[in-house]
Parts: sequence; structure tokens; C-alpha cells
Amino acid sequence: MASKLAKTFADPLSESNPITVQILGICSALAVTVQLKTALVMAISLTIVTVGSNVVISLIRKSIPGRIRLIVEMTVVSTLVIIADQFLRAYLFEVSRQLSVFVGLIITNCIVLGRIEAYAIQNPPLPSALDGLGNGLGYGSVLVLVAIVRELLGSGKLLGFRLLPEAYPNNGLLLLAPGAFIVLGLLIWTQRTLIGKFDTE
Amino acid sequence: MDLVSLAVRSIFVENILLASFLGMCSFLAISKRIETAMGLGVAVIFVQTITVPANWVIRHYLLAPGALAWTGSEALAALDLSFLVFICFIATIASLVQLVEMVLDRFLPTLYQALGIFLPLITVNCAILGGSLFMVERNYTFPQALVYGFSSGAGWALAITAMGAIRRKLRYSNIPPGLRGLGITMILTGLMALAFMCFSGIQL
Repeated sequence: MASKLAKTFADPLSESNPITVQILGICSALAVTVQLKTALVMAISLTIVTVGSNVVISLIRKSIPGRIRLIVEMTVVSTLVIIADQFLRAYLFEVSRQLSVFVGLIITNCIVLGRIEAYAIQNPPLPSALDGLGNGLGYGSVLVLVAIVRELLGSGKLLGFRLLPEAYPNNGLLLLAPGAFIVLGLLIWTQRTLIGKFDTE
Repeated sequence: MDLVSLAVRSIFVENILLASFLGMCSFLAISKRIETAMGLGVAVIFVQTITVPANWVIRHYLLAPGALAWTGSEALAALDLSFLVFICFIATIASLVQLVEMVLDRFLPTLYQALGIFLPLITVNCAILGGSLFMVERNYTFPQALVYGFSSGAGWALAITAMGAIRRKLRYSNIPPGLRGLGITMILTGLMALAFMCFSGIQL
């Protein structure tokens, strides 16, 4: 039992990572990774929402009628996202401004709904919470990696502190949209080669 | 003239997919075949053109601070319901998609057949919710919201159709195993975004 729980938690960190293997939640992974700070805040918010919605749905899973389950799930998720958004606005206003619409877009982030549909709807609360935590952290780790590459090479700083010498010519392309796509593409390449899981296309 | 330049800007310069990264999940999943890519593109234009103005109306007459002033009641006019924006928008989108589906099924069965499975999938496409949220953030007026809805949908459709065409050509190329599928698509999207950046600075 314990090893099964551990597997539920650890699998999404690498073997079935939501972004690089399952292709879920790519949108926000690209948009919030210009700076490490926004990426961290986004990763934490998404983890909390995923764990919360997995637990809630798993608790009420037996009383949700199958036909309207999507509406129920959307309502639970949007309520949690509203709480997260109001919290960020109250305590981290600057970051919440930078994240702009992307906090709200957690609602349509495929990871949240995907985990509810694939896991929480048929499993008890504790494993569901672990599944949510694992997926949230798996998503977060990719976000942090992409953000480190982009902020460090793009502006020579990390979390606002200058790390590279002043002589380093900032690679502005990495801060723009194309840089995000290419860095994530290369990361996916590395990760898939390391775990040996390939698309058959 | 303002509206024309808004349209050009949201189709090419600030393309909702290539510059704001919205709707990536369905973009990656559906762009494998160009026919389905075009079908989804048309469905997104359709739904986006309806939902952005509809959400504009909801926000301006129900949710924005002081929006309930038209009821004539002081207590209602003082309300600020803007924290309900997310839940109202997603409900509007889900129900409008359902409504569009029923209307099409009844009156335009050929178009309904052509769009098929893509219509319901659109509810969870973040380009749709994102479009409405950008409309709020940028304070568009009603005509602007209408134009923005249509042209951001058109920009998305343009990007997914182009990617469908590229991936079709890609089928016979020799790509390193780890890069196949998702990896190469991401890098191609990056190059496409780079190309679209050349449109920035176009003024009409």
C-alpha cells in the first residue's frame, strides 16, 4: 500500500511528467517563465489548486451524477482558483499583476481537469491528494527549470539578483515568446531521451 | 480605422497562440492532421466571436464595480462583483458552446457534422477563456470586443492550420527519437513565433 502511494506521488515527477510526457498545461508553462519568481508563484498556486480540487472531487465522487460531472468539476475548480487569485492580489500584488490572466487560466489548465477525470473521480481522498501533489510538483519543476534558463541567459539575473558578469550580452530572444517554445522543446528532448520514452510518429 | 488595426494586431502581431501561448494543448494535440486542424480553427473563430462580446455584456451589466446601477437601487449599485468574473465567464462559455451546438444541429446540420467533436472540446480551450480575460484586462469597448473576439480566433486558426501543414511535411523526415512528436512541434512553433514577430511594427 505504502509503495503504491509513493508511486502515485513520484510517477508524475519524471516518468509521466504532466508537461513533458502527458502534454498537459503547456500554455501557462510558457507564459509565466520569463522570471523565476512568477514561475515559482504559479507552480505553488497550481499545486494547491490541483491538490484541493482532487481532494474535494474525490470526497464527493460518489454523489456526483455522471451526466453533469463536468459542470460540478468546473465549479469546484473555479472556486478554488478564485480563492487563489484573491489571495495573490491581497498578499503578492506585484506578482499577481505580472501573472495577469494566467492565474484565472488555471481553470482551463488541462492538468487540473485531467487529474480529476483520470484519477480523483475514482479514487479515495488520500491517494488523490498525493496524485495532485505529484502532478503539481512535476509541473512546477519543469516551470522552474525553464524559468531558470530563460531568466539567467535572457537577463543575466536570477530572482532579480545579477549572477552573470556585466559583460554578458543579454540574450533578449529568450525573454520573448519564441525563446520559450525553443527552451521547452529542448527540455522535452533531454527529458524524453533520459527516461527513454518516445512518441511513435 | 482603429478597429482594423486592432484586428491586424490580434491576428498577426499579438497572435493569441504564438505570443500569449493560449490554447497550446489542443494546438499540439489536433495539429497532426491538417483537415481536423482547420475544422477546429473554424470552430474556435465561431465560438470566440460569440463568447467575447457575450462576456463583455455580462461584465458591464452585472459584474464590474457599479455595473448594477441600471437597476436603480443604491445598494445594488454599490456592489463590486468582479471576483465572480472567472466562474461567470466559464459558465457562459460552457453554456454558449452547448447552445451553439444545439442551434447548429437544428439549422445548419452540415456545419455541425463538419465541426463534430471539436465544438464541446472548445469549452476547455484556454484561448477562449483567455480571450475574455484579456478583453477585461485591456478595457475594450463593445465594438472592440467584437473585433477582438473574431480576430484572435482567426489568428489561432491561422497558426493551427499552418502547423498542420508543416507536420504533414514532417512525416517523412528523420528526427532524433527523443525529439519526435512534442519536442519538434515545440521548436517549430518557436520558429513560427519568430516569423510572426516580424509583423510587429506594422501600423494601419
